[in-house]
Amino acid sequence: MNKVTTDVLIVGGGPAGMSAAVAASGNDDVRITVVDDNPRIGGQIWRAELGKLKSVEALELLALLDQQWITLVNNASVFSNDGSSVLAETPSGRIQIEYKSLILATGARERLLPFPGWTLPNVLGAAGLQALVKGGLDVQDKRIVVAGTGPLLLVAAEYLTSKGARIVAICEQTTNKKLDRFALGLWRSPSKIVQGISLRSKLRGIPYYRNAWVTKADLQSVTIQHFGQTTDIECDMFACGFHLVPNIELAQLLGCEVADGFVSVDDYQQTSISDVYCAGEPTSIGGVEAAVVEGKIAGFAATGQIIEANSLFRARKKTTAFAKALDQAFELRDELKTLAASSTIVCRCEDVQYGKLTDHDDFRMAKLQTRCGMGACQGRICGAAVEFLFGWKDRSVRPPIFPVKMENL
Amino acid sequence: MITLTINKISITVDEGTTIAAAILNAGVTAFRKSVTGEPRGAVCGMGICFECRVTIDGIAHQRSCNVIAADGMEVVTDE
Amino acid sequence: MSYDVVIVGSGIVGAACAASLSASRLRVLVLDSSGIATGTTAAGMGHIVLMDDSEAQLALTGYSRKLWNTLAQELPADAEYEHCGTIWVAADEDEMNEVRRKQIVYASHGSDAEILDGRALRELEPNLRGGLAGGLLVQDDSVVYQLCATKFLIERAARYGTTIRTGTNVIEISDDGVRLENGEVIAAGVIINAAGVFASELSPELKIVKRKGHLAITERYPNFVRHQLIELGYLKSAHGSDGDSVAFNVQPRITGQILLGSSRQFGVESNQIDFEILKRMTNRAFEYMPDLKTLSTVRVWTGFRPATSDNLPYIGKIPGHENVYAAAGHEGLGITTSLGTAELLTSAILGKKPAIPIEPYLPSRTITEH
Repeated sequence: MNKVTTDVLIVGGGPAGMSAAVAASGNDDVRITVVDDNPRIGGQIWRAELGKLKSVEALELLALLDQQWITLVNNASVFSNDGSSVLAETPSGRIQIEYKSLILATGARERLLPFPGWTLPNVLGAAGLQALVKGGLDVQDKRIVVAGTGPLLLVAAEYLTSKGARIVAICEQTTNKKLDRFALGLWRSPSKIVQGISLRSKLRGIPYYRNAWVTKADLQSVTIQHFGQTTDIECDMFACGFHLVPNIELAQLLGCEVADGFVSVDDYQQTSISDVYCAGEPTSIGGVEAAVVEGKIAGFAATGQIIEANSLFRARKKTTAFAKALDQAFELRDELKTLAASSTIVCRCEDVQYGKLTDHDDFRMAKLQTRCGMGACQGRICGAAVEFLFGWKDRSVRPPIFPVKMENL
Repeated sequence: MITLTINKISITVDEGTTIAAAILNAGVTAFRKSVTGEPRGAVCGMGICFECRVTIDGIAHQRSCNVIAADGMEVVTDE
Repeated sequence: MSYDVVIVGSGIVGAACAASLSASRLRVLVLDSSGIATGTTAAGMGHIVLMDDSEAQLALTGYSRKLWNTLAQELPADAEYEHCGTIWVAADEDEMNEVRRKQIVYASHGSDAEILDGRALRELEPNLRGGLAGGLLVQDDSVVYQLCATKFLIERAARYGTTIRTGTNVIEISDDGVRLENGEVIAAGVIINAAGVFASELSPELKIVKRKGHLAITERYPNFVRHQLIELGYLKSAHGSDGDSVAFNVQPRITGQILLGSSRQFGVESNQIDFEILKRMTNRAFEYMPDLKTLSTVRVWTGFRPATSDNLPYIGKIPGHENVYAAAGHEGLGITTSLGTAELLTSAILGKKPAIPIEPYLPSRTITEH
């Protein structure tokens, strides 16, 4: 087994992880290693297109990274820990990486909610479809409905349009009131991207429905509920995501304190475990600006650059306010709890139907009796769904936190 | 350009294309069969949901969204 | 409200006892500090297997297996009962002698078992490595998803009028009944301690210790393994010493998943995964089945077997008590022997003649009255 030693280990190569790496490299004495489970650095928002980073911000950071003594390890899934080291599976086998300090920049995933038809092959996540297109999927002239909630719907629609897709409709489940309040607050928010895109998508004349949500989908169309009426919209693909949930499994495995589903951190982004830091979406869903500033603070703090870290506290305060605004604006409406029929699958790995879950009082009993959450994704998808549907919060974490080849255990 | 086979049919894709994108571009939508036999396809695009698993070069349960196509790869879906 | 019987513990043993006693028209209450089947039952492999470490073990596993194979027709689909059989794998000629001995013992017990040479073994299990000496195919063994089987037994008990209270912690058992953590006292004619690894806490007379085990489960690989496979070296390694041990034991689930065991550790309280022994366990498995190496492993977990000094469970009245019975200490065989345990205990409580002699399992065998 390959064993590596590093001063600062950063898990996750998205905005938070890359920013942390650049900040940490301000200390000339430290060796830095960044591991990422995707084939290319950049995370989700800066995901490479056909293997090439396009984002200007990402390229700037990457240029800084390349100049420094930084090791990048792609395609590495961290699946376990052992003292002050983590174990990761790569295509060429298992590696053990020992660290002095650790920065968790594990990002977020889309929240997917069950509705009749959500397991059909033409139904994808909104960010998911965007990621696939960046990976070379051709959507030229494809009719696509984008639905769910959150600013990512607009980001995805904008991107898909730029790749020749015909966005038939964008359906945002939240209310006009909440959205307006959010939009009003945007002038002081750091998120220029969201602001810009929301304007542009309107300009392009794509039907944009608020108060609208999917009730079912089939291979040719989706049914949208909008002000008490249902409308069938024909489409080739349906991209549907309900904002984001943080990837906190590694933090949980390490024993970091978690509150309300997010990793607790102090002013220096340090978790309840000393020398373990966390930045970006796992601490709160605040978008790319928050990830960058938190990543920098973590990178500085982890390498003793305290003055530099302190200088960013004010900038972080703004992103924290934005995260809160996001949360309020895209709060899920209760109607979404009623979409799944008794026969609708909730756990996609084990094909556990909604009706099989309603008998149980908590996630543990449901898991044991139905295998809900016991499949390959280890509850990453259905865990967020059952939390919303039933209020089940039990997210016990055991190694391996990703499936690994038996020889790599 | 990269040439690989999907279900024994040879296809050519741009360099940097993920296997998941290559499969969809080839017109195949059923990546795997679920436990109860439903056809499933890619969903999250980022290696989290495990719905896009296929057999690549004889190794089953590979997340196709996280694998970049390489010359000569043999991909089998719907297993 | 008083009950004829209070059962402490709703693992598969407690559930089987509840089903059996309530079928005999006794008013039964089942109490569990957690949920149904959340202890050892949840952690184990669901094997229904004939074992002959001792004459008494052979009698109990054989009797229980018969009960399972009868119950099979009534089990719901989610219990995933599969009559896949067991192959005891012999690595060398020494172990083939053991195969022959075992075959004779099983035959004398009325259980047919087929001796396989190396070639026949590979034909039945192509993913075993070449060069193994052979094995013993025991057709009548099965596997079951024990969690849903337990739920089935509990539901059956409930239909017969059994009351089930989960999340109810019993802190004291006496001849009159049980006392709960919240101070409540429940009176009962008979009290059954079926608390598994916690049984000794309530009945210190029972000498039950925890024996930690690790299991791993893979993604779905249908037909990779077709029978439950157990190395014959298992006998030497698993039950022999007090030290840590591992053995090759795989089980095909009806889902196509492969469940891999096994490890045994005494004196470990932590339920954390011990990667060192896990590695020993998987390496042992690779010696028999090299291609397991590349299979995607979805989960690993640990559990504790309730072990007794002679590897036999405690079934029957606890010495020094009039009304307190034990149904505990089933080590790694609780799924198999749960049904037999329940029938023996029901006979004992009702004063009927048991189907097989109960004496070898009576707690009094190792406990002196005080």
